[in-house]
Amino acid sequence: MVSYIWLFLIIIGIGYSFLTGNLDVINDSILTNGNDALDLMLSILPIIVLWTGIMKIAEVSGLLQKFAKLVEPILSRLFPSVPKDNPALGFIASNIAANMMGLGSAATPFGLKAMSELQKINDKKDTASVAMITFLVLNTAGVTIVPTTVLALRIAHGSANPSEIILPGVIATFCSSIGGLLLDYFIRRRNKQ
Amino acid sequence: MNMFSKIVIPIFIVFVIFYGFKKKVNIYDAFLEGAKEGLMISFNIFPSIIAMVFAINIFLDSNFVNAVLGVFTPVLNLINIPLEIMPMALLRPISGTATLAIMNDIFIKYGPDSYVGRLASVLQGCTDTTIYVLALYFSSIGVKRIRYSLSVGLFADLVGITVAFLITMLFF
Repeated sequence: MVSYIWLFLIIIGIGYSFLTGNLDVINDSILTNGNDALDLMLSILPIIVLWTGIMKIAEVSGLLQKFAKLVEPILSRLFPSVPKDNPALGFIASNIAANMMGLGSAATPFGLKAMSELQKINDKKDTASVAMITFLVLNTAGVTIVPTTVLALRIAHGSANPSEIILPGVIATFCSSIGGLLLDYFIRRRNKQ
Repeated sequence: MNMFSKIVIPIFIVFVIFYGFKKKVNIYDAFLEGAKEGLMISFNIFPSIIAMVFAINIFLDSNFVNAVLGVFTPVLNLINIPLEIMPMALLRPISGTATLAIMNDIFIKYGPDSYVGRLASVLQGCTDTTIYVLALYFSSIGVKRIRYSLSVGLFADLVGITVAFLITMLFF
């Protein structure tokens, strides 16, 4: 999928410049591209490193797990098909907690474990279960409170108040999750009838 | 409001570090261990950043967006949406790195505190890359029939992106 997008962007970009006689711009662009990528990398790298360091403390001290315990009761309501003592719920909670703290890459291992636990209680192994879909809706809606890379880039480009976008972002991500969960709920109900 | 956004991260950091200290965690070593993991993560995403910045820059520098999507400008102006944000809104569910590259471009051209810069920031933070997540998670357990998950995921993205537009207008 990403291959197609990548190809599309490059072909359209070079093709259109060729047609409009703008090849000079494109040559410049290709030659200076690497620097842009490096600048971008250098501006987000320190914050990613700093934040994963801070969050490691939260993980080792049990704070992340405590937070996950907090959301578990809500989760068991969202996943009626999963037994209450199933380890999947714990992994889902940890995944969401890590996502909230802007640790996308730390969230992934929890998410993969949650999926394999859900697969154990799935009747048809090649077909997505209802619980899996609800989990992925929650996951792709991406409830994020601290968007680390966005903050890093805003700081790097000299924003006067880098964190001013946190609250609007939280509201948007919250609405996105609610919207996804509602549609998921209606589809589940319709399928039952 | 302004005060809240400035104070939330420092308080969070103090809380995490102090909690670790009280639980008798070797906080400095834990930090270093996590930071090392962060460094590995950064190295792992660097190739995809090079790839996406390359493609996005060629695409944006070709002026294709202005020329072709430009026909929609009157409609977009009517609802107060800058044209520059459209490629980002369209690519958001597909590639997080691509939209990161576009956001970087917007910051360079207009600054992070411009309207379009703030809009880009909210958009980037508000949803995850649905198609990537679905592909990764389902393939890890060998599920082939994904049923209605893609449509619900994309619907959630659509809601998130729409709210991001509305909320940025309201806030700034």
